[in-house]
This record gives sequence, C-alpha cells and structure tokens, in this order.
Amino acid sequence: MAHLKPVPDPTPEPPSKAGGKPSVAELNRYATVLRIQCVRMLAVAKSGHLDSSLSAADIVAALYYRVLRHDPSNPKWPERDRFVLSKGHAAPIQYAALAEHGYFPAEDLMGLRQIGSHLQGHPDMTRTPGIEVSTGSLGQGLSMSVGICLAMRLDELSDISQVFTVMSDGDCQEGESWEGAMSAAHFGLSNLTAIVDYNHLQTDGTTEEVMDTGDVRAKFEAFGWDAVEIDGHDMDAIVESLERSRTIDRPAAIVCQTKKGRGVSFMEDRFGFHGKPPSAEQAEQAMEELEATYKEQTKSLEGGA
Amino acid sequence: MASELIAAAEPQTESMATRQAYGDALVALGETYPEVVALDADLAVSTQSIKFGKQFPERFFNIGAAEANMMSISTGLAASGKVPYASTFAIFATSRSYDQVRLGIAHNELKVRIGASHGGVSLGEDGASHQMIEDIALMRAMPKMQVIVPADYNQAYTAVIESYERFDGPMYMRFGRPKTPVVYSEIPETLGTGVDVLREGKDISIFTCGHMVWRGLEAAETLEREDGVEAEVVNVSIIKPIDSQSVLRSLAKTGVAVTAEEHRVVGGLGDAIRQVAAEQHPVPVFALGMQDEFGVSGTAEACMEHFGLTASGIADLAREALLKKPIVQHPPIQGGPWS
Repeated sequence: MAHLKPVPDPTPEPPSKAGGKPSVAELNRYATVLRIQCVRMLAVAKSGHLDSSLSAADIVAALYYRVLRHDPSNPKWPERDRFVLSKGHAAPIQYAALAEHGYFPAEDLMGLRQIGSHLQGHPDMTRTPGIEVSTGSLGQGLSMSVGICLAMRLDELSDISQVFTVMSDGDCQEGESWEGAMSAAHFGLSNLTAIVDYNHLQTDGTTEEVMDTGDVRAKFEAFGWDAVEIDGHDMDAIVESLERSRTIDRPAAIVCQTKKGRGVSFMEDRFGFHGKPPSAEQAEQAMEELEATYKEQTKSLEGGA
Repeated sequence: MASELIAAAEPQTESMATRQAYGDALVALGETYPEVVALDADLAVSTQSIKFGKQFPERFFNIGAAEANMMSISTGLAASGKVPYASTFAIFATSRSYDQVRLGIAHNELKVRIGASHGGVSLGEDGASHQMIEDIALMRAMPKMQVIVPADYNQAYTAVIESYERFDGPMYMRFGRPKTPVVYSEIPETLGTGVDVLREGKDISIFTCGHMVWRGLEAAETLEREDGVEAEVVNVSIIKPIDSQSVLRSLAKTGVAVTAEEHRVVGGLGDAIRQVAAEQHPVPVFALGMQDEFGVSGTAEACMEHFGLTASGIADLAREALLKKPIVQHPPIQGGPWS
C-alpha cells in the first residue's frame, strides 16, 4: 500500500539561506512532509479532517520550522512562543509538526483517533506534549489565547513570547471569536497573532453559501487590530507576515486565502471532503502526488544549493 | 496558610449575603497569593469581585458582557499558571457559557474557580431571565467539576479561602444575592467533608444547602415544638463530590429524609441525596425545590414564598414524609459504588 510507505527523510538539509533558519524553499518541502504525514495518519485512522489539515500545512510549517521559538525537549519552557489551534479539527497537521520535531515518537501518529492513543480527534493538552490548550469547539481558541497573553503580561513575558492562533472560516462564524477579538484590542495585546486559514469550504457547502462572513480582514481592523490579507500558500508572504506581526504594537490578524485539500489535486478546493477520511485508493493517489512534489522540491533545492 | 487566613478573618454576627464573603475572601487570597487573578463580566459590584479589582487592578480583568469569552480567557490564564476566579451571575456562569466551561476548564482539569452569585429565585425582581434554578444540576453533570454551595457569610468565607489551597481542579461556587441569617457563629476552620450535621435528631433527616439551611433549622424547631419530632438538620456545602458516608449515617439513623434547595428538584442536592439512598440505603427521600417551572419577579422573600421555599414548606413536607416512613428499618447496604 503506497500510503503506508515510510515518509521520505527530509535530510540531508541543503545549506540554509536564512542564517541557520530554513529557507522558503525548504519550508515548502517541510510543508509537503507534513501533508504526507497527514495522509498517512488519516488513511490509517479512517477518520478525521484531511482537507482542513492540508489547507493549513504551509502556515503550520512556517510556524514550527521557522517562526516559533520553541524547545521540543522542554515543551513547557516559560519563554516559548505559544501555538494555539483554534480550528482543532485540523489537529493532524499540528500532530505531524510536533512529531517531526520530536515532541513525541513519530510512530504515535499512526494511533490517531484510536483507543489508547494520546492523539485525540481534537488537540488535548492533558494528553499530548506541545498542546497548549484543548480546542475543538470552534470559537474558543482566540479567547483562550487572550488569557494566555494576559498571564504573560503579569509574568513580564509579553515582549519575549508571541502567541499564534490559527483559526478557520468556521471560527469566524462563532460569535465568541469576535468577543475575543474585542478583548484583545481592549487589553492592547501586542504579542497576539491570529492567523485565519480561510479556505472557503465548510461542512455543508462553501462558506459564502452557508454563512458568508464578509470581509474578515476588515472586521479585525474594525475591532482595532492590525490586519493583512495574504495568499496562505505563498511561503514568502506567510513568513514575512508572521515575523512582521511580532513587531506590531497591537494584536495582528493575518487572513490567509487558502484552498482546502491543498497539495492533492482531487481534493483541492473541492466540496465534499470535510470530515471524510480518504479511501485507500484516494490515499494512494494523494501519496503519489505528494511524493512527486517532494521529489521535485528536493531536486530544485539540490540544484539551487 | 488557609488556616491563618481563616483565623484572621472577622466573623459576621448579623445577616449578610454570601456574595459579600466572596468579595472579602478574594481580597485576602489576593494579598497572600500572587497567582490569584479575578475576572468579571460587567457585574463586579453585584458579585463583589470589585473589592479585588480595586485592590489589585493589574490582576483584575473586566471582560464586559461577554461571559463565554471570560471563561475561555480564564482557561488561557489557568493554562499559564494563574488561578482565576471568574465571577458573574449563576445564570451566565453556567447556561450561557457551558461549552466554554466544559471544554476549557473542566476537561483540562484546570484550577479555575467560578464565583457564581445571585443563584436561585432569591435574586428577586429581575425575574425568570436571571433566576438560575438548574446550575447545580448542570455543574454536577459536568465531569470533573466540583460544586460548592455555602450556607451563610461565615461558611462562604471559608469556602473561598479553602478553594485556593485545599482543592485542585475546577470548582463551581454558588453565592446568593440577599442577606442571609447567620448559621455558623464563627468562620469555620474548614468545610470539612462538606456534610455538616447542624442539629442532631432521630426521626427524620433534613438535608439542605445555601439559603435553605437556616430555614431548615427553623423548620426543625417548629417540628419539635408542634409535633414533638426530632429532626436532624444537615448542611451539604460540598454537593459534588458528595460525602456519601456522612449522608448514609444520617439516613441510617432516621430512615426518612427531606431535602430543601433553592433549585430545581431535578439534578441538584435532592437528586444527589436520592442517589446515595437508592444505591446504599433505600429509604424515602422527598425533595423540596422548584418544580417544572421558571422563576418570577418579586422581592427575594416573596419569590421564596411563592415557590414554597420556606421553613413551613420544609416542615410540611417533613410531616408528609414521616407518614410514609417505613416501620421496619433495614441496615444500610455495604460495598456499593458509594462506599
């Protein structure tokens, strides 16, 4: 079964162009590795949200491999940046990133959603190292992040540690998200970054059909945030806007226009895959495509080195 | 430390609302423990969290009329090592923000204390929209959530102080709006097991909580005077986890019980006692409380009377219960899940 092949080893790493940090080209390849892990996990689990994980892969790769200040050997390092996955149903992409960084053994990924595994259907801080807060009920992640920022302020960590919260279009439909946005601006939280993985598809149809959220960037701005909109699959733009958000003196929103199922041709931007695991054939096809992408990315990295 | 704070506090000798104790004890906790933070949702004067806010403005967060947000913010604070006291009316602390309390606070077993004031119909004039009569049921049903309902100012003070040091995990504390007569003449050293026999008796047990405790004591007086009945009055301040052994001891002694609470007869203290009785010592237990109905506007006292939540209501139910008391008493069943 192609989808059970081992994940390609991303080493040896070509010389980095970003002063010890992975280059944009390398980050793109890391995103492919995370996508491959997601397909494998979901194929084994036969349950979960693959397309929602794939749309966030580039954002998550940029964060875990380049932007986040974190220490996998000390997940509770007080000065770490925090990652909060408000769109908890995309847990597989975070699990893949955590496993790739050694927060727990990579073989744990194959236990996703199964009895006895610490990898729950949605992130669980009581079970999985590297999870800051349990999420999964949409709308709560941004408010929880506000609480984390307030605690950091009391601990005089606001100038050191940034809180990055990844939200979905569904999150933007939940009223609590806007309560959170309001309070972040009110408390002047300069170390909070909200990243909206706006993939335009939800369970019952397109976001525009189901419940159009309108201009999300403008909404954050109206709440007093710094707000930009970018292509959520353009690694250059992702890294730049994430790093820029650290320098802003108020909460910063990055609305990422993304495609659900990104990286797998038959899923990309297609309705009907939300919460549906890939069949064996679909997983095999997805793996072939992603492995081809990985090889291509490796080739161009070696060529460019 | 908790014992020193309790010893240092001034007991109330006059009627005083339990929410006042919340405010006063919170200040004492704030002075002693830097991790303590308090939150409110635009009701800081009503809940009395304002006292903490004035003393420690940098550790007090008014979230505005956004209770769900307040609970999730408390989650973030607790996940980062703070001990939040999230304060609002019982209705907004439970039904309005149940999902946020459930996933963020209870599921993660975080040390967040929900300071819920204005529980029950004695909230009075604001009426049904604000009178929370199913909060104990909601919070008892929530996994990992501890439920505490103190009887008067003095016991409420102890509850708040002990909530910091003695208990881990999430906790719901219910306080009331109106002045409540003194039940404990001193500030008790501890809540103990949470099941406190205030008056011994052999004929019938009266299990009470919160504003119904002093009414229970009054009912026992009446029963003794008018009927020659020796009623045992038990204050249950820790409703979850309930000390079933103490409940059982009283049930085994009297063989019949009534419960009295300012709450629905479903899911609250009454059901907690009936659960113990049904599994370990099946004797009749009759519950006084809100039937299948919502509250109404009126003064606190008028509302209590309207729904029969009075000393004479308890005495009447006790007389009815005594008529149904089994003549033959069986020993308690041992070895059940409650033992």
